Amino acid sequence: MSKLLIKNGLVIDPAASLEEPRDVLLNGALIEAVERPGAIPESAATEVLNASGMWITPGFIDLHVHLREPGFEWKETIESGSRAAALGGFTTVCCMPNTKPVNHNAEITRFILEQGRRAGACRVLPIGSVSVGLKGEEMSPLSELWAAGCVAFSDDGEPVWDSGLMRRALEWAKMLGARISCHEEDKKLSCGGCMNESALSYRMGLNGMPKVAEDVMVARDIELARATSSKVHICHLSSARSVELVRRAKHDGIDVSAEVTPHHLLLTEETVGDYDTNAKMSPPLREQEDVEALRAGIKDGTIDAIASDHAPHEQDSKLVEFSKASFGILGLQTNLPLTLELVRNGTISRMRAIELWTRGPAKAFGLERGTLRCGAPADLSIINPDYHWTLSKELIASKSFNTPFMGRALSGIAETVIVEGQVVVKAHKLSR
Amino acid sequence: MRRHLIGIEGLTKEDIYSYLNNAATFVEVSERELKKVPPLRGKTIVNLFLEPSTRTRVSFEIAGKRLSADTINVGASDSSITKGETLLDTARTLQAMAPDIIVMRHKESGAPHFLAKHLEKTSIVNAGDGMHEHPTQALLDLLTLKHHFKERSAGIEDLTVAIVGDIRHSRVARSNIWAHLALNNRINLVGPPTLIPEEFRHPRLFGEKINIIHDLKTGLRGADVVICLRMQLERQTDKFVPSLEEYSQEYCVNERALQAANPGCVVLHPGPANRGLEVSSAVLDGAQSLMQKQVNFGVAVRMAVLFALATGKTVSEGKSE
Amino acid sequence: MANKMNAVPSNWKTIVDAETISRSISRMSYEILEKDRRLNNLAIVGIRTGGEYLAERIRRKIKEIEGVEPQLGVIDITLYRDDLSNSDLQPTLKGTDLPFSISGARIVLVDDVLYTGRTIRAALDAIIDFGRPACVELAVLIDRGHRELPIRPDYVGKNLPTSKGQFLRLKLSEQGFPDGVYSIE
Repeated sequence: MSKLLIKNGLVIDPAASLEEPRDVLLNGALIEAVERPGAIPESAATEVLNASGMWITPGFIDLHVHLREPGFEWKETIESGSRAAALGGFTTVCCMPNTKPVNHNAEITRFILEQGRRAGACRVLPIGSVSVGLKGEEMSPLSELWAAGCVAFSDDGEPVWDSGLMRRALEWAKMLGARISCHEEDKKLSCGGCMNESALSYRMGLNGMPKVAEDVMVARDIELARATSSKVHICHLSSARSVELVRRAKHDGIDVSAEVTPHHLLLTEETVGDYDTNAKMSPPLREQEDVEALRAGIKDGTIDAIASDHAPHEQDSKLVEFSKASFGILGLQTNLPLTLELVRNGTISRMRAIELWTRGPAKAFGLERGTLRCGAPADLSIINPDYHWTLSKELIASKSFNTPFMGRALSGIAETVIVEGQVVVKAHKLSR
Repeated sequence: MRRHLIGIEGLTKEDIYSYLNNAATFVEVSERELKKVPPLRGKTIVNLFLEPSTRTRVSFEIAGKRLSADTINVGASDSSITKGETLLDTARTLQAMAPDIIVMRHKESGAPHFLAKHLEKTSIVNAGDGMHEHPTQALLDLLTLKHHFKERSAGIEDLTVAIVGDIRHSRVARSNIWAHLALNNRINLVGPPTLIPEEFRHPRLFGEKINIIHDLKTGLRGADVVICLRMQLERQTDKFVPSLEEYSQEYCVNERALQAANPGCVVLHPGPANRGLEVSSAVLDGAQSLMQKQVNFGVAVRMAVLFALATGKTVSEGKSE
Repeated sequence: MANKMNAVPSNWKTIVDAETISRSISRMSYEILEKDRRLNNLAIVGIRTGGEYLAERIRRKIKEIEGVEPQLGVIDITLYRDDLSNSDLQPTLKGTDLPFSISGARIVLVDDVLYTGRTIRAALDAIIDFGRPACVELAVLIDRGHRELPIRPDYVGKNLPTSKGQFLRLKLSEQGFPDGVYSIE
């Protein structure tokens, strides 16, 4: 059995409240020891990795990605998406069910799991749909999906508009111990919208998606969770009011978790600028006050996780009139450096930043990961926080290039990524 | 060098006057027996009208022809758009034919920006994009006013302008608001709250210089100019008004309502009008209506715009953001 | 004179003085009359902007001599120029005003400086768009040579040999400067 000793690095493990120089010894697929520098003799290892100047963190977990397979393989495949994930420091990604066919039966779930294993870049965990075909009419076979390996349920992109169905699904998921992840949007309110509804949308003559379209659904799902004592997860929060609703729900003891994307933490609707379709996503980029509220939310614990909402689209679906362009942007390879911008600007500590990518998401979905404790799976990211790079097409491992961050100067990269003891990224390149 | 006219937003008062002053010459040309001058000889203008329009398209076509340009009309039904071709491909195909100017009408806001971004050698004139802007309509409205108010010492400045109706969906309203802001005129937006979002007064849009008034008579009080907007019947499925009857009850610009305005007040309407809905026939056909003049001045203004884009090197483009 | 007179900028050099200009206008007016004394169809048409006030002065002179005022017109030749696409500035149109019937008229085109002849070519095109004149004659205050088109003036104030790069301008008191032809450096 191979034993890897990682020396001279700074261990940041929010689950253990640890932020100290430590050496880490891996034994096959598990973590064997985390000790003070020099305490583990090199002779105990078959291989030694020098992590001087690096942060050693639990492997990152992304609760919200779209890998487009099956059905939209020209946008992304599980292989290309999981390779992009690994390069971004991720050892686990949870993929949304809006594929074709929709992940609403065990067969699709098993296919996704198998494709993830075959790609071998990072762990791919499927999210099953709440309703059959994301149609919001009949409940998906939640038990079957759960048994096949789904880690949560969601009708992402097609919010469950039928409150009765949502209530029953929450009750059923509660029995399984599963959480329902909710894309919060009242489509009657956001009807035809393609950016945040604001002075800017009126100026540009674009139909807006008002913040209240998100807020009313967040309020509804919180109240349903309260009424059924079940678990909900609020996807990609974008409005200040929604952050406040989640904060109060948590205060009331409701089991609600929430995520936010790096782009909602860093960009405002101004990015739409000259009708830039790479700044079009749902929920849309909002205003500065919302950015401030979201930042406060990650700071005070209202928001549990950062998630990318990685949504690849081929160029043709973005090279059209703004209102016709597809919603969504890439995220997996930019999540880390963008989050570090929030550390550098003093919004959050590096410990909190890592927590939002590890322990936070793990806890939200009840995943037994996101820590460097002895005996835990050997999922690690070794981060070079000071590596300066610029996002360019050549560096993108996804099949698509839709990102508003193209050409942005970034700092921080995953130098080495280890998934269950296997080194998948070495010197910030895929090692296989 | 690339030059476009995408919107009135971002144009200065001087820019606006330079179009209007040149337009005066084209009014004169349009009154000649031989209504043709040679400055755009050898230039090619494509009128790409992907949304139905008669008056604007015909107006641009006549304008181009009177300047001696070769004009080609491409409509939605005879373009490959109906065969599923993307706007970009359509544009590239047209580009290969090397037009000097593409005049574009499109139902999506931002479509002319899109074209301008992707075509390197062609000037783009926005002939109306979605709910965004319709710059030549605002310019022709101003030219109509300039002509009407030529004896007035302040000309088309220091006016109170009431814009009445479906502001929310109106590109004509947006372009006119930018224009009258540039001229420092007082602007009343008049209509129900569902059709005039409060955001129009936001500092990042038109700001607090704009008044939003929900009562028609109050809104017309002291107005020198009333711009009636076409009620966009095709949008009424979205429940912006309880019923058209109720809307016209409250907001139809009729002779009685006009009594609140200044005695010399004039009425503009971009056409086509829904008579009896947003404006009464008596007003539209009455002495205060400049609607027919608007059509005449439309050609001259478009000649001025095409002339400006096809000659010289420094034209302000108008902003989009 | 009601107009406020501006100081002549230091980079303007007087080439022809007010006295000479006045005599030239006078002589050209007599010549125009000598050629054909019938004034009923005579129209003096100035080319904007240099010929505009000059045309007016010629008309005034003719009235002084004959007691009859010929028609006066002004044309803007911008729309007829052959260099519109590569001009540096956005062309400003000042308008054409021909308040009489061109058809059958004897037109005397008036410009300040005759140089390449291109302006005159454009002016002829502009006039013909309004009708068919009986004849068109050309009066210029200065003929500086360097013709690029087969155009010759009928009435010349002064022949002035110049080099090609030189920039000449007639300014009259109507424009706020002392009468003079200036070379601008």
